[in-house]
Amino acid sequence: MLSIDNLHVSVEGKPILNGINLDVRAGEVHAIMGPNGSGKSTLSSVIAGNEDYEVTKGDIIYKNENITELAAEERAHKGIFLSFQYPVEIPGITVTNFIKTAINSNLKARNENEMPANIMLKKIREKAELLDIDSKFLSRSLNEGFSGGEKKRNEIFQMAMLEPSLSILDETDSGLDIDALKIVANGVNKLKNKNNAVILITHYQRLLDYIIPDYVHVLHEGKIVKSGDKNLAHQLEEKGYDWIK
Amino acid sequence: MSLAEKLVSSFLAFELDIDIQSPVHSKRTKALKGFEKLGFPTKKDEAWKYTSLKSVIKEDFTIFSKKKNVLDFKNVKNYFLDNTETYKIVFVDGFFDPFLSQTSHDGIDICILSAALTKPIYSKIISKYFDTSINTNDSLSLVNTAFAKEGVYVHIPKNKILDKPIEVLHFASGNEAALMLQPRNLIVIEENAQVEIIETHQSLTKNPIFTNSVTEIFVGQNAHLDYYKIQNDRLMSSLIDNTYISQEKNSTAKVHTFSFGGKLTRNNLNYFQKGSYINSTMKGITIIDENQLVDHHTLVDHAKPNCESHQDYKGIYSGKSTGVFNGKIVVDKIAQKTNAFQQNNNILLNDKSTINSKPQLEIFADDVKCSHGCTIGQLDQDALFYLRARGIPKKEAKALLTFAFANNVLESVNIPSLKSRIKKIIADKLGVDLGFDL
Repeated sequence: MLSIDNLHVSVEGKPILNGINLDVRAGEVHAIMGPNGSGKSTLSSVIAGNEDYEVTKGDIIYKNENITELAAEERAHKGIFLSFQYPVEIPGITVTNFIKTAINSNLKARNENEMPANIMLKKIREKAELLDIDSKFLSRSLNEGFSGGEKKRNEIFQMAMLEPSLSILDETDSGLDIDALKIVANGVNKLKNKNNAVILITHYQRLLDYIIPDYVHVLHEGKIVKSGDKNLAHQLEEKGYDWIK
Repeated sequence: MSLAEKLVSSFLAFELDIDIQSPVHSKRTKALKGFEKLGFPTKKDEAWKYTSLKSVIKEDFTIFSKKKNVLDFKNVKNYFLDNTETYKIVFVDGFFDPFLSQTSHDGIDICILSAALTKPIYSKIISKYFDTSINTNDSLSLVNTAFAKEGVYVHIPKNKILDKPIEVLHFASGNEAALMLQPRNLIVIEENAQVEIIETHQSLTKNPIFTNSVTEIFVGQNAHLDYYKIQNDRLMSSLIDNTYISQEKNSTAKVHTFSFGGKLTRNNLNYFQKGSYINSTMKGITIIDENQLVDHHTLVDHAKPNCESHQDYKGIYSGKSTGVFNGKIVVDKIAQKTNAFQQNNNILLNDKSTINSKPQLEIFADDVKCSHGCTIGQLDQDALFYLRARGIPKKEAKALLTFAFANNVLESVNIPSLKSRIKKIIADKLGVDLGFDL
């Protein structure tokens, strides 16, 4: 589904990623771990199409198409979803209307009809329930005044609504207490199937107790320095990152 | 001949057309003298520092349109509210249009000033209110008074809650190569009465139009006014709107100004609080581009204790457009316990657009709460990426953020069809096909 080939990325001329190679197939869960500043968030932003990051070398191939030059919205239309580490607060747009606009933008881009209001509402209700989201919450302004946990739950709610093929969850566990973490993890697990894939970006092993990865990669100084299965995450939890460098 | 000279020299011809024996006429002649002395404001005047009328008044305007032009309703239908019953007062090139209008004398007066100025039954109201609240140092108000003849006349008696809004439309048909219009409006809302008014100036032509409007509004004790100004005119049209609102005890007066069009638009919105426990609210959304200019000059005169005023103006500027916001709040020595809030937030969408924002607080009382805030910024790039990452295309994402920025001003619009019309104008203005049902 996703194939990253020798990816080099700079921000304002400063190299952050120095030759990433990564293959993610449908049905897989990959965890990318690493210390602060190793380039984890840069990798997720670049896959989602953030123009602040400059790809200086290498390619991102998604569903057999080179998407390296595509705009963020075009990647979203093709089924790439990024759950933000810091979801942006947007006063003046409610959660419900934001998600409606997003879904209909995606349908329009795929030359499909807009989703009828009753079906939309039903879907919103279903997915809100899955993530234990109160209906009052949906009529609030997007992320405005949300707690850290509410913001993250709202990200996964959007993921549930948009049904992407490839989801990148950037530090979704940070700011979550254990109950919220379980709800979010349960939501992700329920959405998981053999046709989609998930990349978990995380600093800690804790999330991986609830969403079991097929592969774990360790990022250091903009490169994947070690890959393994879920046991690698446990090792990192015990020994820290120093032994890998 | 300059426009000022032309106006002064036209006065004799104007006098042939009106009753010069009426007491109103002495006000006209006095005002003309005042205008003759002052002339049009220039950039040397502090209040006109950022707004030059030069490019407007250089045209050779016809001051009185010669012929009446009849408009076909189907051609102007779009400028009226949909699916909403309203009273209507419609003018075409300065003339009242009885076919498009729907006036009333059924226990209320929703009609025209030319009748009110000439018929004896109105003389009591006219002598009590007409031309009693304008700033006699303002040459534009003076020149309007000098030629005051036609416009809106609304009188709502005590305890009357108007059953439907009043729509006021001023059309310019293009029958003159360049036309100056000077509507003069008088609105008197007596004790406990409630009124909603929507005012639109709409040119139907590419010819230059210059409207210099004066509206005097008197809001009685415990009365309630909701006034909406839609300024979405063509690029060759300029508007100077001088509005004077005098409020009595316990009254509420809200003015929403939506400025999206026109070449030059200047709003002089003046509030005079004459009693206690008054609420004065001003809100505005300005979205302009190209070489457009919109200038909001507000004045709130807090002259009595325990009153409040709220100002919330949002501006979004692109192209080479210019915005001006000057909010003056005066709190007299006796106006203790005044709450006065002023907010002016602006987004510049590029580096060629300009906003000049200036709060002006003159506070002589010591127990008051006054705050003012001004921001100037760009669209948040992180928010833009967030929306795009959800599949909302760049143009729509920008429009959505722009709309979200201005949205809270729309929340207090109480007429649903008006709210959706404004959303539609904003979507058109931002070049997107979005419902903005946010």
